[in-house]
Amino acid sequence: MADEVLVSEADFDPATEYARLRDSGAGTGAIATFTGLVRDSGDLTGVTGLYLEHYPGMTEQVIEDLIRQARERWNLRAVRVIHRVGTLNLTDQIVFVGVASAHREDAFAACQFLMDILKTSAPFWKKELTEEGEHWVEQKDTDVQLGERWSS
Amino acid sequence: MADDTLTIRFFARLREELDTDSETLPCTGNQTAGDLLAQLAGRGGPWQQLVDGQPVMIAVNQTMANARTPVHPGDEVAFFPPVTGG
Repeated sequence: MADEVLVSEADFDPATEYARLRDSGAGTGAIATFTGLVRDSGDLTGVTGLYLEHYPGMTEQVIEDLIRQARERWNLRAVRVIHRVGTLNLTDQIVFVGVASAHREDAFAACQFLMDILKTSAPFWKKELTEEGEHWVEQKDTDVQLGERWSS
Repeated sequence: MADDTLTIRFFARLREELDTDSETLPCTGNQTAGDLLAQLAGRGGPWQQLVDGQPVMIAVNQTMANARTPVHPGDEVAFFPPVTGG
């Protein structure tokens, strides 16, 4: 099954994505998925939603390259990455990363790698929306450190 | 695209604070992305933040780059804040 990268304003259905990963053949013994949601506090409290901007074209290329890197490090059978853009409400789904592999170690590690590196290298920007105003989210040192742990 | 120009793009906070998402600049050759930042910062006002403000990330032709990356006629050069997706 081909890998897929999708950047879209549209919501996604994790059950459908899981089914597509499961469709990667009888050699698949493990599927790890991650879903990120809009929460009510980040840099600000009282967040009522997010606006997500991206760099069309570059975003997809960066994520496709991350999947290539993941496939060099681990034995993967299928990878699906979905990232939403535009205006999102509290508890909305933002991002989905799903990895199918023969074994759980590869599935867990690749899923975490893809999320960690996506956060610090894919050209997305979040703006928090509150009743009082808007605020572009700052990149976190902790996210940078989580990305750097894979660069050994 | 004209052969002797560069397309400059801005995203997120920079796009808002500079009040533009793209523009075309002449390409003189022998320029780096850092030279372009210095040239734009010379406009003063909000443009100064490109060299003395918060960190600016650079992409040339939709690939991550840095201030030393050379730019060539026809290139697309983007400047943006550190990314915050996921």
